Amino acid sequence: MKSNSGKKPAAMSVYKKHYGREVRVYYLMMAPFGVLFVIFVLVPVISSIALSLSDFNMAQWPRFSGLDNFLRMFMDDSVFMIALKNTMIFALFTGPVSYFLCLIFAWLVNELGNKLRTLFTFLLYIPSMSGAVYVIWAYIFSGDQYGLLNSFLMNFGWIKEPSQWLTDPKTIMVVVIVVQLWLSLGTAFLSFIAGFKGIDPQQYEAGAIDGISNRLQELWHITLPNMGPQLLFGAVMQIGASFAAGAVGTELLKAAGAGEEGIATDYAASTMTTYMAELGTTRYEMGYACAIAVFLFVMMVVFNGVIRKALRRFVD
Amino acid sequence: MSKGLKIKNPFRSHAGEYMNRSKAGTFGIVVFLSLLSAFLILPFLYSIFQSLKPIDEIFAFPPRFFVKNPTGENYRALFMLTENLWIPFSRYVFNSVFVSVVGTAVYVFIASMAAYPLAIGRFRGAKPINEIIVQALLFSSPVLAVVQYLIIAKTGMLNTYWAMILPILAAPLGLFLMRQFMIQMIPMSLIEAAKIDGAGTFMIFWRIVMPNVKPAWLTLIIFTFQPIWAGAGAIYIYDEAHKVLPTVLGQIAAGGLARAGVGAAAAVVLMAPPILLFLFTQSKVLETMAASGIKE
Repeated sequence: MKSNSGKKPAAMSVYKKHYGREVRVYYLMMAPFGVLFVIFVLVPVISSIALSLSDFNMAQWPRFSGLDNFLRMFMDDSVFMIALKNTMIFALFTGPVSYFLCLIFAWLVNELGNKLRTLFTFLLYIPSMSGAVYVIWAYIFSGDQYGLLNSFLMNFGWIKEPSQWLTDPKTIMVVVIVVQLWLSLGTAFLSFIAGFKGIDPQQYEAGAIDGISNRLQELWHITLPNMGPQLLFGAVMQIGASFAAGAVGTELLKAAGAGEEGIATDYAASTMTTYMAELGTTRYEMGYACAIAVFLFVMMVVFNGVIRKALRRFVD
Repeated sequence: MSKGLKIKNPFRSHAGEYMNRSKAGTFGIVVFLSLLSAFLILPFLYSIFQSLKPIDEIFAFPPRFFVKNPTGENYRALFMLTENLWIPFSRYVFNSVFVSVVGTAVYVFIASMAAYPLAIGRFRGAKPINEIIVQALLFSSPVLAVVQYLIIAKTGMLNTYWAMILPILAAPLGLFLMRQFMIQMIPMSLIEAAKIDGAGTFMIFWRIVMPNVKPAWLTLIIFTFQPIWAGAGAIYIYDEAHKVLPTVLGQIAAGGLARAGVGAAAAVVLMAPPILLFLFTQSKVLETMAASGIKE
């Protein structure tokens, strides 16, 4: 466009004028979302970094405190250590397990004909949509003998006394992990199904001629290499969900009536996000809460980088 | 669909019946997925049964999974439940419906409008903006919650509908999906042709692009409605008159076994809309998700 501008100055200037007007319209069209995105995503990320270096209780102006908050996290806060441990369980165990469940179930669903595929996609996606309704789980894991699980286990003689699933620090994390896994077939699952479905059938026919003899070989040699972008999208969604996990525990405990704020005995089910929310919204230790947020950002970005590298084989 | 231009949908469907497929294998998959689905929807079914139980069945011991004599009593009680709540139940229903519908409608509009220039991408800044959007997919809302809370509190938006709607409108996921879908569905030649015919940029977006990306806006509706309906903004609300259904449901459930039937009824009321919405739009959602991949 710019190389031979000397030849047709008139036409070019008309083009430029038109182009300039068009770009202005583009910016106007992006403005409403853009403003909200800056206020509610960019500003929070950037100001978290600034506030993490300060002592800030919302009432007074933030006071610079250097790296104090980060030192306190690791040297002087046993609750943070529990939250960190639980977050890492979600990031390193529940997250990858969810990811592979999404992949495997999406693959199985896609092996079926149109009608069955639609039916099973719908049924398997139901938990993600009813996810906020933690009440049901509170009834199932209810600590008395009216709890469905307790009654079931006692009926079969597997346990004698009703177990306090939600108040015992030993079992609460197990319950939260179960519910989190139940919720795991979400956006990534749909993306994978669509990815599997979008692969050109001719590739499978060509593969069969080239000596691929079963479904698993097909999956590894044809299907997965064809859906790298979906795998990456799923990974990003999963990282976001895993590091932010914890709300399930809080809501379950609230629904079960175990503590007004939904905090388990000895913070047994706290994660970095629930601890952060507690610090920020009830204790007003904003500087410290932001330091935890920044630590979380860094971990997420690092994980994302590692996974992108690992998936490079599938993404061109 | 408008009468104008209709682009042929490149999204194929296959019946899953090629070579390398044994009948026994397919049968095994169906059995496995049936068991899995049954297990996954168990809590969902349980709440439906629970909500239909008369009081004596709720207190029956040992507790039963199924309902024997279904009754609508719990649903009636739910809507009559005024003496134990501060305000009529219908007010909570209105709050939930209002923020979900308004928030979803506004989001679909502004996200699509922003996605169009980014899909065309012919201006300075398009590349870095797209990159920021992709990176932002990582930061789900709980991670940003603390500073968002600070912003909402400092601007005096606590206990308002604004607090429940505005942060949701900044979500990058819908914009990203819309942009990807536009790139895949709208050929540049179509836009150039419209330009030559004298259509303005916004008109092209509104009259030509939007009718052709219907699956994507249905998808955005689902993905936006779901979190708002599930109470995404509930943390900003302390004031009874602005509370939404999920918060109230929690309060009812905390009432223990005596409220178990009513609590389950409220759970069903809360679960039904997103599930029905997905039921009717599933094929469109999957069509959109086919374009969801992140390319480096």
